[in-house]
Amino acid sequence: MLDHELINRTLSTALDTGGDFAEVFAEDKRSSSAVFDDGRVEELTSGRDRGAGIRVVVGETTGFAHTADLSETGLANAARAAAAAARGGGGGTRSVNVSAIDVDRGPGARIPPEEVAKATKVGLLTLANEAARGEGAAISQVSARYGDSRRQILVANSDGLLAEDDQIRTLFSVSCVATGDTGLQTGRESTGRTVGFELFDETDVEEMGRRAANRALTKLGARPAPSGAMPVVVGPGGGGVLFHEACGHGLEADLVAKSASVFAGRVGETVASPMVTLIDDGTMAGEWGHFAIDDEGRPAAHNVLIQDGVLTDYMWDHLRARKEGRPSSGNGRRQSYQHLPMVRMTNTYISNGSDEPADIIASTESGVYVAQLGGGQVNTATGDFVFGMTEAYLIEDGEITEPIREGNLIGNGPEVLTRIDALGNDFAMGSPGMCGKDGQGVPVGDGTPTLRVTSLTVGGTAA
Amino acid sequence: MTNAAELARRIVGSAVEGEQVEVCVGRSVRTEVRVHGGEVESLTLAETAGVGVRLIRDAREGVAHAGTFDLDVVDTLLAEARDNATFAQPDDRVGLAVDDRVDRVAIDPWSAEVEATPVEAKIGLALQLEARCRALDRRVRGVRTSIYGDSRTETAVVSSLGIDASRRATSASLSTSVLIDDVEGSTRTGAAVEAARTPGALDPDSVAAKAVARGIALVGAGRPRTGRPLIVLEPRFAATILGIVAGMLSGERVVKGRSPFSERVGEAIAATDLTMFDNPTDPDSLGAAASDGEGLACRTVPLISAGRLDGFLHDSRSGRGLGVGSTGSAMRAVRGTPSPGHRSLRVAPGRGDLECLVAGIDDGLLIASLQGLHSGVNAVSGDLSVGVEGVVIRNGELAEPIREGTLAGAIPRLLQDIVAIGADLQRQPGGAFVPSLVMTGLTVGGAGG
Repeated sequence: MLDHELINRTLSTALDTGGDFAEVFAEDKRSSSAVFDDGRVEELTSGRDRGAGIRVVVGETTGFAHTADLSETGLANAARAAAAAARGGGGGTRSVNVSAIDVDRGPGARIPPEEVAKATKVGLLTLANEAARGEGAAISQVSARYGDSRRQILVANSDGLLAEDDQIRTLFSVSCVATGDTGLQTGRESTGRTVGFELFDETDVEEMGRRAANRALTKLGARPAPSGAMPVVVGPGGGGVLFHEACGHGLEADLVAKSASVFAGRVGETVASPMVTLIDDGTMAGEWGHFAIDDEGRPAAHNVLIQDGVLTDYMWDHLRARKEGRPSSGNGRRQSYQHLPMVRMTNTYISNGSDEPADIIASTESGVYVAQLGGGQVNTATGDFVFGMTEAYLIEDGEITEPIREGNLIGNGPEVLTRIDALGNDFAMGSPGMCGKDGQGVPVGDGTPTLRVTSLTVGGTAA
Repeated sequence: MTNAAELARRIVGSAVEGEQVEVCVGRSVRTEVRVHGGEVESLTLAETAGVGVRLIRDAREGVAHAGTFDLDVVDTLLAEARDNATFAQPDDRVGLAVDDRVDRVAIDPWSAEVEATPVEAKIGLALQLEARCRALDRRVRGVRTSIYGDSRTETAVVSSLGIDASRRATSASLSTSVLIDDVEGSTRTGAAVEAARTPGALDPDSVAAKAVARGIALVGAGRPRTGRPLIVLEPRFAATILGIVAGMLSGERVVKGRSPFSERVGEAIAATDLTMFDNPTDPDSLGAAASDGEGLACRTVPLISAGRLDGFLHDSRSGRGLGVGSTGSAMRAVRGTPSPGHRSLRVAPGRGDLECLVAGIDDGLLIASLQGLHSGVNAVSGDLSVGVEGVVIRNGELAEPIREGTLAGAIPRLLQDIVAIGADLQRQPGGAFVPSLVMTGLTVGGAGG
């Protein structure tokens, strides 16, 4: 994307007025999407974003500037702006010489989406629509979305690091509205992977349409959700969001360093039920939160955060790790070249337990079974978190019975982690997610086997 | 610097016969200062530029956008949008906005002060905010974030149907989140944000005072009992809930059968003393704009009058779909296509301030935070379920705080369950100008039965 000599000159300019560290992050992202709604292919959109973000660190202060102009002048101006922002003063000039590191990029995309005809992409939408509408006359609206992106990044810094990555992601989703006596209900199904168009070799978009339609139809007859504290069983693949919110964010080193996490100072302590082993793993090829290098040029890694209930480590980016004199864990990510990197999750999951899923349900006298979760949110300082259930049922006398309307559940991270009393052997990854933190969104994956929390507060309307 | 309107006109000039072309060009310059522990943690100085092209041919729409003014990329957008259009399926409602001759209100929400204020002064505001938070109360254990941000944005919309509208706006904001010591080493948090057109209009002391007071109010919070107390929403939360309602009044949702308010125009949908409209030409609103995302004049849009539904918010496409025309409510990012939305919700004042409303309640809950709005609101079914913190109201007085509760209800019905509207209209950073509300019909869920 950028020539080595140009990178060296830009980094030198960034350090002209002193500074401990400088970095160039260049990005060229192409995206395309197609939307089907209200009975027809509504529009196709193509997007292109290209630019570079430059940061300069002086003492405790980071200066940051970005530009969409990748010419020598554009980069030099941004480098000077970042240096000025970092209030660099004194220090002499420093020359920088970057050298490329070898990165295991994995197999990459087999079918690059840009080589697939637009008509083929559009055809998937129509198939999903027809399949969804075929589930019943009560399906009153269907929308389907196809999206792909190719993000080429280059990271170079004054430590001499130079690394590049080429990240291809493909996404497909279907949303349905069902209309009945009780009003309107919705159902959604989505899939997304860090792969090319081969996603559709393994994904049946018609089946996705039928599933989304049936979720909406099922909810037409759903009862109001109960309210109050009760046992909650989360199905395979669904529980990842729970851990992402209950402890994932609280294990991000930037929040820990500001004492804004309930998990600060607790490494080595038992923080969860002994059946819990929590891992964040950017190396899982094909998964939604996968990459070869993070947005600071560090190779993705398999990081064990909680081992058998004991907190083993936090997640780290370059700045926090440097301060602690340890390596980054490959968790420095940013939404785009227009954003500063910070500590972010990748694919976060709980490894398999030994319980039979059917036994977990059968041994739950009454409670709620959540088959599909929505998004979540956490206040890392208090540990209080919420997550949504978009497909859920009552458990009565050890059996899954009636569907209930959607709603949020609330719990406290450190408490909930100790209340996991059953973990299944049916591990699955969940739906693709976009995780938001300080206004930046990044793709993340998650996964869990079936699990039970002895008590969570369900936010329904039935008192 | 490339002029946004000129660039837009240049691209529109390349349209060929038989096609409609609309170009939206935006540029924004942004400053962000984050401080921590009395030091600048990061300072961002950045300029972004974007071009979005929408092309319609034979009632088919194609879109292309780029985050750059570089001509090698910009010059490919028209051809890309043209190619994309051939894969869409035709629809009679598709079409660009046609000037409807509504007079544009002369508002220019821009101040040169944002650019003229030295960066040192902006850093000073963020540092003062953090220092003030720490000094206000011994129980302030730390300040998680103290942020100053500002932006200057310019947008131009030009089309082959004769639209040529430019607008600009500045904004500046201060926000903070404080950590408060509670019993047994636990923590409560308090947050506050203030926004204005200029940095000079921001008051770090008042932002700090609000954040700290909100955190302190929750010290000692326990779990709520499950029940149905009267819910009191300060203006900032009333704006949140009414904003969700206004989202359900989007003409696009109505046309596509995704609004529970479809086909209810003229019916009583809310308490009779609720009157709500979108008021984007109020120059004092932070959502103020002279023209919308398709270049039509912004105007007042009645939504609910004395509890009856007046109509919906429309852009050109949804207005055409319902045969009523646009209400000048198109929202759009350079990257996306327009869709209708609200800029500056206004609610007619009722009676009394927050204190007065609380005094009239025997069993209530004053909401202090709402959590999980993005996952807990279904704008199609109207189901609402969020996490809450708050302060219990007992016999007209504020009693103990609660946390880790849930609040659930159904939005269409919620509007009819408004039992009191305050006279304490407050301007919100998002543009709304609304009073406190009291409502019934919501379930609070907690640990206790």
